Amino acid sequence: MRGKNISGLKDHQDPKMEKKYWKGVEELQNDAEFVRLKNNEFYENLPLDEVIGKKAEESNLTPRRDFLKFLGFGVAAASLAACEAPVRKTIPYLIRPEQIVPGIANYYASTYFDGYDYASLLVKTREGRPIKIEGNPLSSVTKGKVSARVQASVLSLYDNARLRGPMMNGNAAPWTNIDKAITDKLTAIAAAGGKIRILSSTVISPSTLKVIEDFSKKYPTTKHIQYDAISCSAMIQANKESFGVSVLPTYSFNKANVIVAFDCDFLLNWISPVEYASQYAETRKLNSGRKEMSKHYQFESALSLTGSNADVRTGIKPSQQLSYIIALHNAIASKAGAKSAGSATADGKVIEKLAEELWSNKGKSLVVCGINDASAQKLVNSINSMLGNYGSTIDLDNASNLRKGNDADLAMLLDEADKGEVAALFFYNCNPVYTLPNGEAFAKSMNRIDLSVSFADRPDETASVCKFICPDNHPLESWSDAEPRKGVYSTGQPTISPLFDTRQMQESLLAWAGTPAVFHDYMAANWKAWAPEATWDKIIQDGVYEKTASSPSSYSFNADVSGISESKAAGAIEVVVYEKAGVGNGAQANNPWLQELPDPVSKITWDNYLAVSPKDAREKGWRQGNIVTVKTAKAAVNVPVLIQPGQTPGSVSIALGYGRTKAGKTADNIGWNAYPLVSMVNGLLSYSATAEILKTADEDYVFAATQSHHTMMGRAIVKETSLEEYKKNPNAGNEEELFEVKVGKEISKKPANEVTLWDEHELGNHHWGMSIDLNSCIGCGACVVACTAENNVPMVGKDEVMRSREMHWMRIDRYYSSDFDPKEGEKGDVKLMENPSDMPRVVFQPVMCQHCNHAPCETVCPVIATSHSSEGLNQMIYNRCVGTRYCANNCPYKVRRFNWFRYSDNPKFDYNMNNDLGKMVLNPDVVVRSRGVMEKCSMCVQRIQETKLNAKKAGRKIKDGEFNVACAQTCPTNAITFGDYNIPDSKINQMWKPKERSYHLLEELNVQPNVFYQTKVRNIEESREA
Amino acid sequence: MSGNHEAVVRDPLILGKKTYHQMTEDICRPVEGKANKYWWISFFIAFAAMLWGFTCLAYTIGNGIGTWGANKTVGWAWDITNFVWWIGIGHAGTLISAILLLFRQRWRMSINRSAEAMTIFAVICAGLFPLFHTGRPWLDYWMLPLPNQFGSLWVNFNSPLLWDVFAISTYFSVSLVFWYLGLLPDLATVRDRCVTPTKRFIYGILSFGWKGTARDWHRFEEVSLVLAGLSTPLVLSVHTIVSFDFATSIVPGWHTTIFPPYFVAGAIFSGFAMVLTLMIVARKVLNLEEYISLQHIELMNKIIILTGSIVGIAYITEFFMAWYSGVQYESYAFMNRAFGPYWWAYWSMMTCNVITPQLFWFKKIRTSVMATFIISIFVNIGMWFERFVIIVTSLHRDFLPSSWVMYSPTYIEVGIFVGTIGLFFTCFLIFSRVFPVIALAELKTIIKKTGNQYKKKGI
Repeated sequence: MRGKNISGLKDHQDPKMEKKYWKGVEELQNDAEFVRLKNNEFYENLPLDEVIGKKAEESNLTPRRDFLKFLGFGVAAASLAACEAPVRKTIPYLIRPEQIVPGIANYYASTYFDGYDYASLLVKTREGRPIKIEGNPLSSVTKGKVSARVQASVLSLYDNARLRGPMMNGNAAPWTNIDKAITDKLTAIAAAGGKIRILSSTVISPSTLKVIEDFSKKYPTTKHIQYDAISCSAMIQANKESFGVSVLPTYSFNKANVIVAFDCDFLLNWISPVEYASQYAETRKLNSGRKEMSKHYQFESALSLTGSNADVRTGIKPSQQLSYIIALHNAIASKAGAKSAGSATADGKVIEKLAEELWSNKGKSLVVCGINDASAQKLVNSINSMLGNYGSTIDLDNASNLRKGNDADLAMLLDEADKGEVAALFFYNCNPVYTLPNGEAFAKSMNRIDLSVSFADRPDETASVCKFICPDNHPLESWSDAEPRKGVYSTGQPTISPLFDTRQMQESLLAWAGTPAVFHDYMAANWKAWAPEATWDKIIQDGVYEKTASSPSSYSFNADVSGISESKAAGAIEVVVYEKAGVGNGAQANNPWLQELPDPVSKITWDNYLAVSPKDAREKGWRQGNIVTVKTAKAAVNVPVLIQPGQTPGSVSIALGYGRTKAGKTADNIGWNAYPLVSMVNGLLSYSATAEILKTADEDYVFAATQSHHTMMGRAIVKETSLEEYKKNPNAGNEEELFEVKVGKEISKKPANEVTLWDEHELGNHHWGMSIDLNSCIGCGACVVACTAENNVPMVGKDEVMRSREMHWMRIDRYYSSDFDPKEGEKGDVKLMENPSDMPRVVFQPVMCQHCNHAPCETVCPVIATSHSSEGLNQMIYNRCVGTRYCANNCPYKVRRFNWFRYSDNPKFDYNMNNDLGKMVLNPDVVVRSRGVMEKCSMCVQRIQETKLNAKKAGRKIKDGEFNVACAQTCPTNAITFGDYNIPDSKINQMWKPKERSYHLLEELNVQPNVFYQTKVRNIEESREA
Repeated sequence: MSGNHEAVVRDPLILGKKTYHQMTEDICRPVEGKANKYWWISFFIAFAAMLWGFTCLAYTIGNGIGTWGANKTVGWAWDITNFVWWIGIGHAGTLISAILLLFRQRWRMSINRSAEAMTIFAVICAGLFPLFHTGRPWLDYWMLPLPNQFGSLWVNFNSPLLWDVFAISTYFSVSLVFWYLGLLPDLATVRDRCVTPTKRFIYGILSFGWKGTARDWHRFEEVSLVLAGLSTPLVLSVHTIVSFDFATSIVPGWHTTIFPPYFVAGAIFSGFAMVLTLMIVARKVLNLEEYISLQHIELMNKIIILTGSIVGIAYITEFFMAWYSGVQYESYAFMNRAFGPYWWAYWSMMTCNVITPQLFWFKKIRTSVMATFIISIFVNIGMWFERFVIIVTSLHRDFLPSSWVMYSPTYIEVGIFVGTIGLFFTCFLIFSRVFPVIALAELKTIIKKTGNQYKKKGI
């Protein structure tokens, strides 16, 4: 307060005439007490003495308590400081981007095609990061379904092995320098008339093709060559010769009653497997209203996934393929009165019966052949033509674009490169140094190429010998369009801005062509011209643009096949190469999700191997794990032996895609490269050869298999029946088992679920459940990867899989039949049942947590870390789990997975959870489990919660089918159905209620699962007793 | 007076016509004297083993249970095998101190002190396994029904593992109190004989001021009886509850009603084998052959025949029931034990537990110290294999063949097991130098001689 003259008091100013402020009247009056106190800061002395002064020592008023307080505070502060959690920075949005609400996922329609796998996608993004790939249901090709490899491609986006920017002569360089250097060179080459070549895998993007065209206009010596590592060139050639059209047909497996496949893995790898699998499954669905299904014959050497699903499978060696096709052709020709081809030796009984069935299903059958041999393909064309399948199950008008590789062009390029005639070579979506049979020779010839440019996203085998690496964006960072089938388009939009200094290949080419453009604008301009009636935004939003397909016309076959006869000399042992469900052609080999995906048939992870038949192994004295050398005319590969039931005796098989050397940490030196075993025969890449097998080491190489026991041991685990039996009695193979119960003196027979000690759980609004149709499941493993992506399932690596510690929440059990049936087994040695047949029947069974209503795991947990929800779910509470593992021991399905180590931020598990880039793929809705806790399938409870909340906000009930769990969502064959038992007419109730094929796994234990299975039905005449 | 029946005079339990003073001297000697070379060698080996075990344990805690060999199918293996084995070993002590006390079996007095000490050390070793086999051992206290801030979170009283927590902790505390109570008069004896003030002070505290008055003795006897009464049901209940871990589950080979009696018999069987192993060495090393005589050994061997035979019958009954039940999973589980990939474990168990103890029907073997020692070792091994067979071979092949796997231990878990053996012997060796290994005060009550010698003299 400013001092004021108080009335009656005279001014009291100092000599300098400055204003004086008094603290109060007392100062003004110079009060003695005031003067004394003025020298002290505080009015009263602080009671410090009581705490620290002498007084404190003398009195015991407070010190003990205070001491304890200080002590407590000190200890707490010290320990708090010691336990400080690692700081992870999260930066909130200062200005929230439009469309992004933290915690709410955005979905963008996009397209995936890497020259091998095609899918139209919906990409789930969270806070700007793509985290999960889902199918786009608007697409008529993939119909909202996605394969294992495409599911996993989102992790390839966050691959630490990706290049951070462009490279020039092995050093990082800015784009401007690179553009200048390349343009200069190109101009010089073009001026000198040097040959410019663009080598790519199949390109189905019309805009990309236009870019290449523009580029070729600028540099007229340019030629674009398409080459598929796994080629279908012979089919295109055969169609040209047979019908005059150089295309691949579009198939309709769903219209076929009889399906015949020669060495063709159409459910997993061949051309458009997801499309075919879903069509195939349509013909295998059985219910109260539909009691007919297709019959599937498979002729093959290796036991493929498709062969595993066949009703009748005949093992033939590669050299017999042509003989069997000729025999079938001639059998049909004799019925059709057409000219027959040359003579052939084949098992007449099988062929005769097959021809009979095909003939009675004229126009409703389909013969496919996966052999890259023009004669074989021509014969198959002829067979289909005689059967009238063109125009019904085969459509040449709306042709498929998914494999356009031309082996003749490739051969020409290799020849040119060998002669040193190529001046500039661009590699797009291909890795010939790795995938060519003679890749090393090709790498050497590249030294003589003046300008070599790779668009690879990493310095792979080819890119590392190129002068320039101009990394392309990942498909999820790119604008793209695609025409997988004539008239059927899909588009892709970036779901994240490029993570690194990469550039779309199209923009690079345009820049070098002197017409730099943003590819988005370029594409938009194209589409304005191509689809004037549709708006660009709508196309991009839908992700698809489909013209109405013209109805397929029938083609008349006009090639001469009479000259075709058995030509291949049969070798003692013939080797055939194939692709696995995970690694495929090897392009995505550095993806741990794919490496750890068990092979659907052998159940082996992180390896390839030489599959040999049990008969050959016995005769030749090979043991599993022996290292052998496979020697063909031109190459030799050292590889360990796997004894594979179902492998045709006299043939061996080995998967492609392994043995990478420059793919990245995960893939390098995993397995053995089998591409050298591929050879060029009659100008076509041939995927089988005569070979010699030499045992080189007697060692026992150990494979990391997720299943080490292969038969059902006479237990009713996968219930199975024949179509004939099923028609007679829909409960066939699934007869109700009754148990004798004595209550008092009364003896009655009851099903297991009526004999119980437990009270039922009270259920709330929902009762979630799942149905798995074993007749639809083909065992492809797409669900396993989808589950991994959705639920942040850690990858554990080969060593840990070898210790049986894989973490997959869902697995696909595969059982082989045994020659010893249970009745015989009881009499004889039970151990005989452990041996699968040499040529077994195969069944697949996806198993995840069965969410038992009387769960054995729930009762044994000492801390209630696993409990039952009011919606029928068996819940795992990670926070509460101390990790006794008792629940896992007591789980009859063995679906519980324990975190033996910390799988994140642990250099021993150097996969995506060990680096910040890889962690971007994690689903923020699902916690990353800590070391020492149990985990298992949660039935995607995060999706259930999200949907429930949305419904609650909207004030309505959840509709049946409103959402789906990750596995069911991606399943190409719709084998998995998820739903609510509490909705009376829900799909799941419709499947459960008739009680025809539905059963609970291990029903007799009365654990009352919420998951049920449906009997597998084989289309074979023989009854079960026979 | 020829008409009078005169009871047959039993052989004296303590040989060598000891006087009270001699006994005190003999039994206090190891406590008061210096350790000999053998003690130091044994101690060094045991201590080294213990340190190695703790190193392995620390490695496990640091890295995770993945350092062991268990996997998705075999969730428990060496850990719980060792746990059950150690708990079983402890049972002899409780039986001797409680049941034999109630039955007035005087021969127990020579061995009860060491057997009870053994119980305590064995339970400590056993307890390590369930404590550290969890994925997050720092949260083990969640298994106690503690009031907490986690809302309504509570333990699961349905879980046999929780029953285990109660059973083992009760067992440990009752055994410890009982053992220590018995020690009081002897500690007082040692105190009174101490020559250095430090020692006297320490033993003075340890003996709780025992004065040896009639009131002391009265209370001592009363409390002993009460504790014996408390311990007696524990002999049966502890291993019954341990067996519930298995019996109440649904795993074929575990889910068996025979488990409680079979486990209890097995526990006593293995416990006596361990008592024999230890006592045969201890009586030699500590010069106590006159206190633990052949008669004691023979009596213990008789218990081994009895319990061994019960165990044998249990094995055969299990097999019979597996076949008779007609349950295919169970029949397979047992066929797999005998003829599956772990056949060697099963047949080791059968040989060691069923066949070797039957040799004790021969008096010559039963009264041979060497033969007893060898057979007792066999029984220890056999009983370890019994638990291994039950746990691992049942788990490794259960319902769905797709999940069948093999299990093999890592050197870490072997190290921890070796470490617990080291811990056990370290404790026992220290015990033998610090406390009187024989219940001196009690034993003094039975050295009163018969009058026979005077009778013969015709006095």
